[in-house]
Amino acid sequence: MEKGFDKWTSDMGPSVYIFLVGSIIGIIVMRVLYVIYRSSKPLRIVSPKPLSTLIVLGSGGHTAEMISLLSVLQEDRFSPRFYIAAATDNMSLQKARVFEDSLAGKGVVVVNAQFMQIYRSREVGQSYLTSVGTTLVAIAHALWIMIKLRPQVLLCNGPGTCVPLCVIAFVFKVLGIRWSSTFYVESIARVRKLSLSGLLLYKLHMADQFFVQWPQLRRKYPRAHYVGCLM
Amino acid sequence: MGDDSDIIKHERIVFVTVGTTCFDALVRALDSPEVKRELFKKGYTHLLIQIGRGSYIPTKTNGEDGCVAVDYFTFSSSIAERLRSASLVISHAGSGSIFETLRLGKPLIVVVNEDLMDNHQSELAEELAERKHLFCARPQTLYNTIKDMSLETLIPYDPGDGRPVAKLINRYLGFPED
Repeated sequence: MEKGFDKWTSDMGPSVYIFLVGSIIGIIVMRVLYVIYRSSKPLRIVSPKPLSTLIVLGSGGHTAEMISLLSVLQEDRFSPRFYIAAATDNMSLQKARVFEDSLAGKGVVVVNAQFMQIYRSREVGQSYLTSVGTTLVAIAHALWIMIKLRPQVLLCNGPGTCVPLCVIAFVFKVLGIRWSSTFYVESIARVRKLSLSGLLLYKLHMADQFFVQWPQLRRKYPRAHYVGCLM
Repeated sequence: MGDDSDIIKHERIVFVTVGTTCFDALVRALDSPEVKRELFKKGYTHLLIQIGRGSYIPTKTNGEDGCVAVDYFTFSSSIAERLRSASLVISHAGSGSIFETLRLGKPLIVVVNEDLMDNHQSELAEELAERKHLFCARPQTLYNTIKDMSLETLIPYDPGDGRPVAKLINRYLGFPED
């Protein structure tokens, strides 16, 4: 029998392998298209339970906008909450802690929120050569974090740190590891053009819902939802 | 020396903030005699500059000879108090500073830093200037902006919130409407 198989493969030559590889790629592409299609529709859940939520913070105005959004979400629906900020960002996690403390004051039952830091792909002004190495480290770190947390919801509004996390979340959906919903709100500072993070996630269909704060962007990116200014 | 409360009552402070950035071009433009005299002519008494990571140090003065008094500091954990006591705010184009100031209802001049590599910040400043919520300038045009500005033309900014986003997120996830 083995001789026959060997003869068969040596007769067919590389065609067998091309066929196998082609099939695998085909299956993956179909799965990806299916995930994108399913993600474009709301979740079909009869009685939703609290969802573990990863919140990506960023320097500059990003964290302030995120807090502005969080303050109008019902905290018991998005629980437990994991806050993540770049390792070099000193202020954001502190602001998040203050926000969580204020929730305790409102009588909300606070399941301990977690605060963590992630390596940045590239610092401002860093040489592109060393950036290759640091980006790989950042991706590995993001993978480690996502495997540990496997969040059901991701909330981002622009900092570059969110891209590896969102891509990994998407891959988890494709592989069936964890189904999640990624909500991306483009920063209020983006009036006429999307940020690089936003553009990537929009074009790759990796956000389940994509929000923009200015009407000019809604016209340019029709799959985005225009929600007005957050601040 | 006079009553302290009298002095405070007559103070009209121009507060300048560059956030966590370095914006020497702005601080330099402010430290010029023309700008300081123009601010004084407009009725301001003090110029307080938060210089952040900047390397250019302005000269501290007491404010004689028809000029504003100048003072500076690098960082502060919260500039909210400084913004509240200001009569005019001049800020870099960071969205955090802009909206913190607009929400307090303070007249605002946003100065765009042309030395920044990726100047997406100017989009926000220009859009809000077009809507007449603030004045927009560059370090070289700051003097003319101050000279020509008339604060009555400013339209108060109506703060937004995240409720439209929250509504869509809740609906998508299947949570009942509040």
